[in-house]
Amino acid sequence: MAHVETPPTPAVAASKTVTNGRWAGYRHLLGARMKELWREPEVIFWVFVFPLLLALGLGIAFRDKPADITTIAVVANSHAHQVIDLLQRSQAKTAIHADVLDANVAFDRFRLGKYALVVAWDDSGLHYRYDPARPESVLARTQVDDALQTASGRNSPLKTEATQSSEPGARYIDFLVPGLLGMNLMNSGMWGIGFAVVEMRQRKLLKRLVASPMRRTDFLLAMGSSRLVLMLIEVALLLGFGALVFHMRVEGSLLAILLVGALGAVSFGGIGLLTASRAQKIETVSGLINLVMMPMWIFSGVFFSYERFPQIVQPAIKALPLTALNDALRAIILQGATFGSQASRIIILAIWGGVSFLLALRWFRWT
Amino acid sequence: MERPHYPVSLPDMENAISCRGLRKTYDGKVEAVRGLDLAIQAGECFGLLGPNGAGKTTTIEILEGLLTPSSGEVEILGMTWQAHEQELREWLGVSLQETRLSEKLTVRETLQLFASFYHQPNSVPAILEELSLGEKADALVGKLSGGQKQRLAVATALVGNPKILFLDEPTTGLDPQSRRQLWDIIRQFQQRRGTVLLTTHYMDEAERLCDRLAIIDHGQIIAAGTPSELIARLSGHHVVEFALDAVNDDADGLWSHLPGVQSVRSEDGRFFLQVEEPHQTIPALLSVVQQKGARLVHLTTRQASLEDVFVQLTGRHLREE
Repeated sequence: MAHVETPPTPAVAASKTVTNGRWAGYRHLLGARMKELWREPEVIFWVFVFPLLLALGLGIAFRDKPADITTIAVVANSHAHQVIDLLQRSQAKTAIHADVLDANVAFDRFRLGKYALVVAWDDSGLHYRYDPARPESVLARTQVDDALQTASGRNSPLKTEATQSSEPGARYIDFLVPGLLGMNLMNSGMWGIGFAVVEMRQRKLLKRLVASPMRRTDFLLAMGSSRLVLMLIEVALLLGFGALVFHMRVEGSLLAILLVGALGAVSFGGIGLLTASRAQKIETVSGLINLVMMPMWIFSGVFFSYERFPQIVQPAIKALPLTALNDALRAIILQGATFGSQASRIIILAIWGGVSFLLALRWFRWT
Repeated sequence: MERPHYPVSLPDMENAISCRGLRKTYDGKVEAVRGLDLAIQAGECFGLLGPNGAGKTTTIEILEGLLTPSSGEVEILGMTWQAHEQELREWLGVSLQETRLSEKLTVRETLQLFASFYHQPNSVPAILEELSLGEKADALVGKLSGGQKQRLAVATALVGNPKILFLDEPTTGLDPQSRRQLWDIIRQFQQRRGTVLLTTHYMDEAERLCDRLAIIDHGQIIAAGTPSELIARLSGHHVVEFALDAVNDDADGLWSHLPGVQSVRSEDGRFFLQVEEPHQTIPALLSVVQQKGARLVHLTTRQASLEDVFVQLTGRHLREE
């Protein structure tokens, strides 16, 4: 093809030109993205503050209380003092608090939940009034009966010993924090990439960018890198919070946690990009993002173990990317597992991220 | 039937932008551009003028390499989009219609970002200075006025040190002062031998700014040339515009017999006579009005404008939807 000589460059009056290197565009795209995120108060709240509030709230609600005291009522009659005597002599005397009350008052307060059990000893023997639907009521019946029988001279043929399990590492907060971390990586990956990209498309900013010599790969790379930077902060904040406030112990290596975190951040970024590949409006993509994330909030063991779901759906649950991420994070953080030992989960996560990214590239619309 | 062909290039000048037989059909149905030829010389300011929906934006976006034409050829600086996209992107400055730049970046950061995409961009401080954005350099884009935002959009196009500037309706929705500021910027760029292609539906903008222009309607060029050529092509270079206190229904026939009147149209109770020599027409007009016992409530005479050209060509106004 014949080349026409290009006209002289009209330079801006009295300006000197600069020469940009290969990575100037990428650096500025990443810098711009981080500045935009930092200047968006909602982002700071949802990415950094919200997970901590959630951890704090749930951690307090499900904290391990000192050994529970069972509060029971004893119906005031001629045998009441015998009941109290037996309880005083039993080993469980510190764990059971008993009030002697008139039958009516006792039953009323039992119904209101003040007492877990009502004990009445009349001529025909011991009567327990308990509610099988209330776990503490069932427990109180067994506990009190045990105490009374033992104090009356029953021998236990089997010797038993019990150890309390409320050490750091086995509490609800320990289960919760890695799950919140996984969920947070999913949320911020989906919103941080998916929503942001559609918003830029709606503003015609994507179109304006591809009208410049910007490399499209640099753009995607910068979006992905911004996720990695945020991931570092998210991991540091949540684990630091768990360690400081709830004395959580991190068993595995920090490097393994960061590697899994990075893979999670990038994979969910890829899924976010796929979700955003065609949508023209932020309303559309918001719906899509919630649709994609909803099953994982429920099934992937964020707040409670997915073992509660029927056996038959377990393989499907384990194939979800968030399940793989949560399981890997829990294994490393709580049990000190190595990165290598989590290979199968890492592969599941990588496949989700990789396939999503490739499909996104294929379908992606810049305009 | 062959469309009329307008000679829009001089043979001995090099073309910065040229296209032949450009067509664009959306979804196999809507024909936005229906066979369009353009040749725009290096260093000129060329305008695509037409009403909304005429195909201006589709045309300019094809030339910018953002849309693929259904058929036809495009050459920019002697290159094609298929073969030389990366080089062409370095040489073009683009301002799209209604791009909303990131509101959480400052003016300076936005320009630095766009400058970073080019191999040899202009310096950001120089662009800030030239586009009078210096005072707003550290303001967030979200806090700018409409005129400032539009200047920034043009600045993002100029910061790449382009040879050709594409501006899609650069002054739509701006106040008169902001419009004049942008016109100055475009002229400065042109004075440094830059080529400009802009779309507009403002007549005055096209008349003042463009060396040549093409009027587009329904995806086709219906007239092209310099603004004065186009006006000269009108039958009657002057317009006599008047209104009477009593509206006369069949008046059109009455006025067309006045001396020197080329054509008559009436609109909202006003009459527009296209005339060769106002000094011959006006006395005759006054005596007819007197005979009829009517009274003039309005009378002006002016040079014909591009608006008149457009109305004569299409029977419609440019700003009509």
